[in-house]
Amino acid sequence: MSSPRTLVEVKDVSKRFIMHKDKTIKERLVNFRAADKHRDDFWALKDINLDIEAGSTVGLVGHNGSGKSTLLKVIGGIIEPTSGTVRRRGRLAALLELGAGFHQDLTGRENVYLNSAILGLTRKQTDKYFDAIVDFSGIEDFIDTQVKFYSSGMYVRLAFAVAVHVDPDLLLVDEVLAVGDEPFQRKCMDKIGEFQREGRTIVLVSHSSEQVGRLCDRVVVLDHGDMIHDGNAVDGLRVLRYGFEQARLLEEEEKKPEEISHAKIASISADSREKNERGAIVAKSDLTLSYTYELQRNQEPLVAGIAIETLTGQPVYGLNTRMLGMSIPDVVGTHTVDFVLRRQSLGAGQYLVRGSLEELAGRSLDRLNPASTFEVDVPTVGSGMVSIDAEGLVRQ
Amino acid sequence: MTLADAERRAEKISTMDYVTVGEKQKFFRGSASSIADIWRHRELMGLLVRREIKARYKDSSLGIVWSLLRPLVQLAIYYFAVGQILGAARSVPDFAIFIFIGITMWGLFNEILNNSTTSILNNSGLVKKVYLPREIFPFSTVGGALFNFAMQLIVLLAAILVLSTFPLGPDLLLAPLAILSLVVFATAIGLVLSAINVYFRDVQHLVEIATIILFWASPIVYSFTFVHKALNGNWLEQAYLMNPVTTAVLGMQKALWAEGSTATGAQEQYWPPYLELRLVVTLLLSVVLLWLAQRIFARLQGNFAQEL
Repeated sequence: MSSPRTLVEVKDVSKRFIMHKDKTIKERLVNFRAADKHRDDFWALKDINLDIEAGSTVGLVGHNGSGKSTLLKVIGGIIEPTSGTVRRRGRLAALLELGAGFHQDLTGRENVYLNSAILGLTRKQTDKYFDAIVDFSGIEDFIDTQVKFYSSGMYVRLAFAVAVHVDPDLLLVDEVLAVGDEPFQRKCMDKIGEFQREGRTIVLVSHSSEQVGRLCDRVVVLDHGDMIHDGNAVDGLRVLRYGFEQARLLEEEEKKPEEISHAKIASISADSREKNERGAIVAKSDLTLSYTYELQRNQEPLVAGIAIETLTGQPVYGLNTRMLGMSIPDVVGTHTVDFVLRRQSLGAGQYLVRGSLEELAGRSLDRLNPASTFEVDVPTVGSGMVSIDAEGLVRQ
Repeated sequence: MTLADAERRAEKISTMDYVTVGEKQKFFRGSASSIADIWRHRELMGLLVRREIKARYKDSSLGIVWSLLRPLVQLAIYYFAVGQILGAARSVPDFAIFIFIGITMWGLFNEILNNSTTSILNNSGLVKKVYLPREIFPFSTVGGALFNFAMQLIVLLAAILVLSTFPLGPDLLLAPLAILSLVVFATAIGLVLSAINVYFRDVQHLVEIATIILFWASPIVYSFTFVHKALNGNWLEQAYLMNPVTTAVLGMQKALWAEGSTATGAQEQYWPPYLELRLVVTLLLSVVLLWLAQRIFARLQGNFAQEL
């Protein structure tokens, strides 16, 4: 089952956490008989199977407590699985926390050497990379200052600089890519891009769908320790968002079980008079989003809203009836509101439509996600989320 | 160009062997891989030792002097309280040298034990976030303790040169043997305690108390002659001699305390028979103990990251 390109092979890995409520010898001895009562256990990972190929960038996503960081730590060898095996090859660098090995009282220079040793470099190799590390971090002037006097930005920049210079085959990243100011963030992202081009493998845990969508060619979605999706990034993020939405709806339903069902979004469809043969909406045409909702009881004044997003979840456009200064029917029955987006200038690609129905006072009645999808076809040149009439001219 | 890089890397990887990570080790097998793993990280261990030493005295103006002041104050207290006021010095020749040897050896043992017990907890940031063979944390505290010990040893040797006669003879060979067996023994105990302390935080306090008691169970401020006179070679004395710290302290005294071997009359000292053999046996047993300790440590370390 493992191909020659496999870098990491996770097989039937499960992890059970046991939380002891009593921490001291006395408490444990006293409670020895009732030991079961004084501990909780739960499965952080259940039968995870995963093959990671060399050169791929895998995103581990899921809500808080879904086990994604645990999986990352199991791959990194920091946590031992309760059952199952992890096999891996090549040099590993784990960026689970920037500056984990930094010592406050040592200077930046000393910490660079210490941290590179922790990440597996020899002194000679560190000597070779030292200038590049300092240059990348951009804190030449402070390299001989104790790190406790560093600003938090300088601190993480130095730590990140060390981490990306250790020449790993496999880089494990846990929520640490968004560090420093904007120019430095761009530098980090460029470095990650460079890593990808060099065929290094990256496994990253992130809550930022945008980041995952941009970087990963494969997304694994975890939910309470179960792997519920393993595949391309777009589908993975949709599964994740769907999961979030379900959880939120469930929560809302538990709170107000019967009231909510009295008002419901039936459908939102996207249509245009101008479509090409594949059914894609033509650029600069009028896009109509027909929003249909059902009321089984008279309501307080209502607000209907729509949002257009890319498939990776990046918001593109949002609109509601309050912004438009209109009031919509709030009596029993089925009503439809048409949002007409004149000469829409969306770029080529697939889009998602979401809908929301709220009271003017702010209480949410229903949400629909995704309500529908549509495709926009743009014959003009250029790429991105907007289409712009562009031309190039050589100045005489 | 970069595509070729990627291909090269993929090809290189396809020829590499798999390593199984985070698997529970069998008790008897796996020693070799553990040792190899630790050996690969020796450079890091050196850096950690240096980090500890540097960080400890970074912002103090007296710096390293502080690590000498403590044993010197202890020496002064015991010299006056036990030696002069209680009168132990009357039957122990060169009492100051005698005590300083004991205090130096005890300080080494004490520091290794106490520091390595808390070493995993103190480095929890690293243990939780980076994979390293965790043994290096207790081991690096041993390095720090040895550094302090070396400083004190220099003072001790200087004092012997100035105040007493330097013992040149075959007995001097007992000194490295005594130090080695003490270090190996203390490391073994410290290794196990450091792992247990992750699960039961009481251990570190227990160790502090235990070392206070154990201090009096070795001939540090009183000479072994007192013990022999009181117990007269019975089983209790044999039990007393089984303490590896006692053997090491006695070995060191025999090596460096010239007056102890040459004094006659009221100050004549009694030495346990076969001290050399005892030291060798202690060392061998300590090595076995260290191996055993590492195996226990390897079993316990799997859950460190979640317990911290």
